[in-house]
Amino acid sequence: MNIVVAIKHVPSTADELELNDDGTNLDFDEVDFVLNEFDEHAIEQAVLVKEAAGGEVTVVGVDVIEELDGVLHTALAKGADKAAKIVGDIEPPINSHTHARWLADAIGEMGPDLVLTGVQAVDDLDGQIGPMLAAHLDMPYVGVVTGVSASNGSVTVHKEYPGGVMAEFEVSLPAVIGVQAAEKPPRYAPISKIRQMAKSAEIEEIDADEDFEYEGCELRQMAKPVSAGHAEMLEGDAEEVAEKIIALLEDRGLL
Amino acid sequence: MDAGLDKVDAIWEKEVAIVDGIDISGPWNRMFEQRVVWEYTPELIDKVAALPGAESFSWCYQCAKCVPVCPVDMVGDYGPRKLYRKAQTGVDLFTSDDLWLCTTCMNCVRVCKKVVDMVKIMPAVREQAVLDGFVPEELQKAFEDTAKYGNPLGQSQRKRAAWTKKSDVPVPIMKDLKRPVDVLWYVGSYPSYHPRGIDAALAAARIFHALGVDYGILGREEKDDGDSQRLAGETGLFEMLAEHNISMFEKYEWNLMVVTGPHEYNAFKKEYKQRFGFDRPIQHYTQFLADRLDDLKPLLKHEVPLKVTFHDPCYLGRHHGEYDAPRALLQAIPGLELIEMGRCRENGYCCGGGGGGMWLDSFTQNHTVMRLSERRVLEAAAYGAEVLAVACPFEVSRFEDAAKSTGNDQLRVLDILELLDMSMRGVSA
Ligand code: SF4
Ligand code: SF4
Repeated sequence: MNIVVAIKHVPSTADELELNDDGTNLDFDEVDFVLNEFDEHAIEQAVLVKEAAGGEVTVVGVDVIEELDGVLHTALAKGADKAAKIVGDIEPPINSHTHARWLADAIGEMGPDLVLTGVQAVDDLDGQIGPMLAAHLDMPYVGVVTGVSASNGSVTVHKEYPGGVMAEFEVSLPAVIGVQAAEKPPRYAPISKIRQMAKSAEIEEIDADEDFEYEGCELRQMAKPVSAGHAEMLEGDAEEVAEKIIALLEDRGLL
Repeated sequence: MDAGLDKVDAIWEKEVAIVDGIDISGPWNRMFEQRVVWEYTPELIDKVAALPGAESFSWCYQCAKCVPVCPVDMVGDYGPRKLYRKAQTGVDLFTSDDLWLCTTCMNCVRVCKKVVDMVKIMPAVREQAVLDGFVPEELQKAFEDTAKYGNPLGQSQRKRAAWTKKSDVPVPIMKDLKRPVDVLWYVGSYPSYHPRGIDAALAAARIFHALGVDYGILGREEKDDGDSQRLAGETGLFEMLAEHNISMFEKYEWNLMVVTGPHEYNAFKKEYKQRFGFDRPIQHYTQFLADRLDDLKPLLKHEVPLKVTFHDPCYLGRHHGEYDAPRALLQAIPGLELIEMGRCRENGYCCGGGGGGMWLDSFTQNHTVMRLSERRVLEAAAYGAEVLAVACPFEVSRFEDAAKSTGNDQLRVLDILELLDMSMRGVSA
């Protein structure tokens, strides 16, 4: 089975996020990028399917800040067979429509049986990469999936609904699946294996169609939420704090 | 698979024997067989000993000296002798939970006549386990965070020097200084990010400032030393961090490196030296300050009238033989009464944080009756100490949590740096 995983490099939320000067997006020079967490699950799920049903896993992503190699080497160390990056004169932010277009162009050429991708990503949080890929590639789509198993010509996927209801879908191939969680937590890639990959692996480069421009919607403003109220910390030892609480309650006419 | 148990059955069967129609069944028949211990397979012992560094595992002659000194055995069922015996009876260390319980505290090696060296055996076997995909989840997270962010706490690398903004004295950063310094202070991950670690870092900055030390820190150019990750099996990660740190150390001119933590001390002084040829003068902060005691003493103006006991960090004490410098500092503080616990110096107990234990808390809890840190706090409390003094950034949070969880809130846990700072400034913690 030819499995392709579409991944996204997204800003790390371990950093306190800085906004750019005109307040239209993040200050991308001041954030680190990491692999989208859901894509980690998509990679794990792809490798699990490969281990169970045989086949080959290719991981592909847009090289947004020219630092995707590390992510791809990690995916290879985890069991992916091939890696490709979409390159060009690219600068963040890349909206999900452009992302999906470029990914679909690249994936279409790969002739996949199964395309896995994270169900959403922290950068735009619109969960559209999967559905748009499916539309571009003319394949069925199931999202928010928590387990994929392959049999002849189709895959069975599980999806969890609110209220504790589980559904099982049989999806004919080729198909695009939006992964919420892999059956198992993503495995660990030892650094020595990643470093080996960095030395030996070849990453295919695919040119982005830079003429493509999406003009559907524009991000006008990005700002940090203004806190509505604030908590007051009562400090001191138990006695003092108790007195302050009493004073507070009296003050509000509650005692 | 329990390879040994089949053999046991076979031997028991020998007890039933009918010879020439006469039933002579009975336990005495066993004397005609080799003793049970010879019947076990040596394969699982050889499997460990075959790894470079782990050869000494097979030297064990089961004398059991190591068991009573093992801090894990004190709260559980452990020790090199037991691991060897279990391997004889079919337990594969590579996939056993036992693999992750050793803190590499080195107390067993200290007493073992055969020099069965767990400090080398554990990382060798763990490295293989990590490569084979057996890593406890908590530990995996610490590895991933260290790889991504340069620190096991999962904090932003960009914020590594953010603590300096809280300092009331200047903390020079090498990149901005643009000149040689006398002392390069390697701050370390926990003093850079953990709230209680930052308290110690701020105290150190004030002390260095008061002593007029010409120093600088690396700030954002500094990454975790990686030694505890190595001991937990991630050699590749250790090498990656070592290469980075060494290139930063070599980027600047300095005469002496001072480190806040004993694990970093071990990393740079021993491992970076042996593996990468990094050979520069390094001191733990207790050694650095003890050498400057004549200048420091006049600064310690205020009494700190507390009953203090000291926990020897494994990687300062047993691993590097430094027991006196921390005590010299504590004794220099006016009013402070230093009391020793039974398990001190060479036989000091372990906080449980070494060798990856820092990131295996819940895992270890499932195999022990209490945390090692809790065992230690109970000991300190039993000696009537008001303060448990430490000199390792791993320990403050571990012991503070342990003091709370064992109901010993009265016991304060302070880094020696904090106690010195209290005496210098006349503030109580
Ligand atoms: S002290 Fe050494 S030889 Fe004795 S039981 Fe322990 S590991 Fe074996
Ligand atoms: S190094 Fe320490 S924790 Fe590990 S087996 Fe030896 S005594 Fe026990």
